[in-house]
This record gives sequence, C-alpha cells and structure tokens, in this order.
Amino acid sequence: MNVSIIIFIVLVVVSLGLFTKNVRTIVRNIKLGKDLDRNDNKGRRFSLMARVALGQSKMVVKPTAGLLHIVVYAGFIIINIEVLEIILDGLTGKHRLFSPLGSLYTFLISSFEILALLVLTACVIFLIRRNVLRIKRFHSKEMTSWPKSDANLILITEVLLMSAFILMNAADTQLQNILCAHYTQVGEFPVSGMLVGMLVGMNESNLVLMERGLWWFHIIGIFAFLNYLPYSKHFHILLAFPNVFYSKLTPKGQLTNMDAVKKEVELMFDPNADPYAAPPEPVGEPERFGAKDVTDLTWKQLMDAYTCTECGRCTDVCPANITGKALSPRKILMDTRDRLVEVGKGIDKNGKDFNDNKSLLRNYITEEELLACTSCNACTEACPVNNDPLSIIVDLRRFLIMEESKAPTEWTGIFTNIENNGAPWQFAQADRLKWKDEV
Amino acid sequence: MSELKVPTMAEMMASGQQLDVLFWVGCAGSFDDRAKKITRAFVKILNKAEINFAVLGTEESCTGDPAKRAGNEFLFQMQAMGNIQVLNDYEIKHIVTTCPHCFNTLKNEYPELGGNYKVLHHTELLQDLINDGKLTIEGRTFKGKKITFHDPCYLGRANEVYEAPRNLIEKLDAELVEMKRCKSNGLCCGAGGAQMFKEAEKGNKEINVERTEEALEVKPDVVATGCPFCMTMMTDGVKLKNKEAEVKVYDLAELIAEANDL
Repeated sequence: MNVSIIIFIVLVVVSLGLFTKNVRTIVRNIKLGKDLDRNDNKGRRFSLMARVALGQSKMVVKPTAGLLHIVVYAGFIIINIEVLEIILDGLTGKHRLFSPLGSLYTFLISSFEILALLVLTACVIFLIRRNVLRIKRFHSKEMTSWPKSDANLILITEVLLMSAFILMNAADTQLQNILCAHYTQVGEFPVSGMLVGMLVGMNESNLVLMERGLWWFHIIGIFAFLNYLPYSKHFHILLAFPNVFYSKLTPKGQLTNMDAVKKEVELMFDPNADPYAAPPEPVGEPERFGAKDVTDLTWKQLMDAYTCTECGRCTDVCPANITGKALSPRKILMDTRDRLVEVGKGIDKNGKDFNDNKSLLRNYITEEELLACTSCNACTEACPVNNDPLSIIVDLRRFLIMEESKAPTEWTGIFTNIENNGAPWQFAQADRLKWKDEV
Repeated sequence: MSELKVPTMAEMMASGQQLDVLFWVGCAGSFDDRAKKITRAFVKILNKAEINFAVLGTEESCTGDPAKRAGNEFLFQMQAMGNIQVLNDYEIKHIVTTCPHCFNTLKNEYPELGGNYKVLHHTELLQDLINDGKLTIEGRTFKGKKITFHDPCYLGRANEVYEAPRNLIEKLDAELVEMKRCKSNGLCCGAGGAQMFKEAEKGNKEINVERTEEALEVKPDVVATGCPFCMTMMTDGVKLKNKEAEVKVYDLAELIAEANDL
C-alpha cells in the first residue's frame, strides 16, 4: 500500500472520529433541555420538512437571497456524489473510478462543474452582499467578531473548494492531452475545459503536482469543513431537517399552558379540596417557573439555538428592533446557543453539577430586551428553519415575573387590577355592561 | 335611534331562550371609550341580523391574555379557569368576540384547561352572515373610498385570519389598498405582549408611529382594523401625524354599521 493511501485513511478516520465526537457533544447539550413531546402528527411533520427544509419554501420569501441559497444548497448536495469518487480515489489510488460509465460520466462531471461554477458565483455574490453592499441585517450589534468571521469563512471556504475542484479537472484534462499514463482519457469538461489553454506548456511533473496538490487541498478542505460545522452556524445544514420536523404545529398565537401552574390552580378551584390540608411533599427538585438558564428550556428550544443560521430575517422584521429597542430575536437564539456551549464545556470539565453562577438571563439576555417584545410572531413567521425565539422570551419573562416578582410597575398594576376587578384597568366589574346604555 | 338589545346570559337562561352565539365583549370593549363604540356598532349589526346572542355582562372577566404574555401564568390560569367555569355552566358552544386577543386565548389556550368552544372573530361572523344572506350591505357610504387594512397580529399571523376582513372591505364597494407590510408580513401596532399597558422600552421611535407612517404612505381615506388595541395605537399615530381630519381609523364593524346607517 502506498504512503498516500495510508495518509488518506488516517485523515478519513481522524476527521470522521472528531466530527462524531463533536456531534455527540451537541446532541448531549440539546438533551440538557426539558422534555417535550413533538412526535405527534408525523405525516404533517414530514410534509412540513419536505416543504420548508428540503424545499426551502421560506428562504425564497426573499427572492435574491433565496434563489442564490438554493443554488449553493443544491450544488453542495449534488457535488457530494463527486466527493464519493474522490474518496474512492484516495482509498484505492485508482483515478476516475466511475469513468467506465462513459457518456453518463461525462454528463455527471460536466453538471458538477457547472454547479460548482454556480456555487462559486453565488458565494462571491453573498460575500459582496455582506462586505460591500453591507446589507443591514448582517451588521447589527450581535454580528461582530466571531459571527461575522464565521459567515465570511464559510463563503471563502466554499469558493476555494469549488475553485480547487475546477482547476483540478483542468490540470487533469491537460495531463490527458499530453497522454500521461495514469490519467484516464475522459475528455474535456465545460468549465475546466476553458482553463486548459492556460496550462499548455507546463511539464508533466508540474501538472501532476498541481493536480494532486489540488486534489489533496480539496479533500482536506472538505474534511476540515466537516469538522468546522459543529463550531459554526453552518451546522444548520444538518439540523435544519430535524428542527423543521419538530416545529410547533399549533397556531402561532398559542402559548403553552404551564402544567406545574395548572396543577396548583386546579387545586384552588377544586371545591372538594381541603383548604387546611398540608401541601403534598414535593418529589425531587422543586420545579422552577419559567426559564432562568438554558437547562430550564426545552430540548427543542435548544435545538433551535443550534440550528439558527444568523440570517437575521427575524430581527429584520421585529417591530421592537426596527424602532431601535435593544431586542433582537436573533440575539436571543445566539445567546441561548453560546450559553449552552458554555454550560456544555463546564459539564465536560467539572461534571454534571457544575455551577458557574452565571445564567442565560442577565449574563446574556437583559430584562430590557425581554420587556421590549410585543409577541407579534413576526420573527417566527420569518425564520427559514422554523425557529421560535418568542417561546424563549416568554419563558424568561415567566421566570422574571413568577420567580423574582420583577415586573415593571405598570404591569404590577394590571396584575392587581385583573385580580381585583377582572380587567387590566381599574374599573368596577359591576360597570361591565354600562356601554349598552351610553350613546 | 332604536335601543340596543343586549340580553345577558343570566336573562337568557331565566327566560329559557336558545342562544346562537355568546358575544365576548372583552375588557377594552367594555371599558375603553373608543372600543365601546366598536362594541355598540357590532351589537347594532347583530340586532339587525336578528342574531340570538347574549353577553356575560358582569360575569365576564379578563381572559388573562395580557397576564400570560407578560409572563404571569398563574394569573392567566386563574382567570381562565374562572371564565371556563362560567362558560361551561352556561353550556356555551359558540363565542364571537371583537378582540383578537380574547379570540386567540379563548380559541387556542382555553381548550387544554377544559374550555372547548367554537370561537369566531367578529369579522368572520360578519362574513358568514353576509354569505348566508342574513346581512346585506345597503348603503354605499364607502363606495370608491380607499381603505387599508391593518392586520392585528393575533388575528393574522397568530390565527391566519387574513381574508374575512378584506372580503368585508370589498363588500363595502371600497378600494382595498395594501400596505407594504401586510398579511403574514404585517407590522405590529406595538400593543401586543402586554406592551399596551406599559411605556415602551428605550428606542428611537414608537412602533405605532412606524406603522402609521406605513399606513399613511398608501394615502387611505380609512385605516381599518379589527382589534381595540390596534385601534388605540393607530388612532394615536394618526393624531400624532396631524392627519385625523383626512384619515379615519375604524373597526370593520363600525364601517358596516355606518354603511347600513345603523
């Protein structure tokens, strides 16, 4: 077995091993969330996933970004068939293993090249939109440092990978032209074929160096990119599917009714309950009302956070954000993810009971942000992967109000009024029908 | 003007009359001066269409919506269970309400707590009445007038009722003009999530001003809506822009009552 095959196998094993380890960490972190049953209505869930995740139906609401995204996404998936040949090449040392397919092979590689060129173009346009046109939603306060570099890194990597693929084919074609023994005669391909002219006159060893160099660059690039995913918003290419599958299916306006509260309120309304009975012994840890930290959220809310692509469509339509308030639904999700990563690292280091005296509320998300939300659902409507930042906001508000009794004075007022006279304003219940006699 | 016929559930029960639908008036509809006009306009239409309806009157209490959205789940469920007891005791099957917040809460959040009713927003009921021939729009008060519809979040996105209010505008023979952000992309008026009851957080603009500017861009004669809180926000916005002489803010029930000279 030659050395390059051994190096290749080591590369495959290490990168897949590392990737699996990181994915398992993410799965473990998501499972830190509370239980929630989202296994109902399987049929509806599959069709939703087909439409929204596979079919990108919410991406194309913004046609330019949506169509470009479909190009990159389709290209990404289809070009992976070519990666299979590249991997087999690496494992067997046999070049162009699928070439016996004949004209079908030419057709396939030609389509991959055209797709690669389209992906490359789309990524360049995306880079221009972000960095030259500076589209507003890519430049808000949460989009500095890592999130900003992350987006650019992804795009640059894709440009480089696609370029390597096309240039590699060009070198390959020229090697065929000079009848180099190892290089199977498969003919020219449409995109790389245009570049072959530049390589005329290069000697064989340089061409082989170029072809192999690009081959290694391409495949190492792919493995590196694979292992970059778990640290990046690019992880959405995997999570978008389960995330949409487990979407909330109830009407957008419907908030959950908290079970823990329901039990207590039912007891209060039960005419047979003994008012002097001792409260039942609490079983296990007392339940916290609402969410203070990521572990108080459900696994689905945590999955939302990992799936967020930081596209900012939510923030772009948020009435609070539009009018200059501190709230940004995208930041709510990014904060949830960042805090979860922090908690996960803490658990890895110090075991399950680790406590760093920090929490999602206040260390990441401020009261001011939470209080600015109008619960209008514009964010959930806009999200291309069906994330629900509103549910996180509501759960954090629940903690503020029910555990800390921290409400703006006006809200304390309406609570008192509702309790005392059944309306948020201070009117007598007895006057409820007065409108009937007024003109 | 003839007097409004507004029987209470208690009276209906006492006289043994059958009920078509319970009209859930809501706190705004009961106490807010502007919203009370919407309530009366809707009752006039119900009277004219000879609908057997009743209200709970003093037995009605806040649905708990603002408490729930603010994060006070205890208070919400206390309110909900109290209301459900009253509604179930009267064996209520159908409810109509002029408030999208009550609509959403009654329709979506009460069932799990034991309250199962068929709940309609008043624009849906009005459309049904027209479709069934029980209500016709006679006058041509709004013929050719430009009307834009501001989608209340809790009617539109929250419950996907977009067409009923628009169909009503067309029935008025008016020209429906859409704002840049409408239907599922509609911009909130700023009142939801219990914001109605507190000062807005620090920012550079009020949400209702942003929305009003958008409405004024299409140069409407009337800004129509279907929510008492949107009504407050949009009316304030129009006043702030000094446009209250040219642009009126009305609920759809008021437009229909007006067209029918009720």
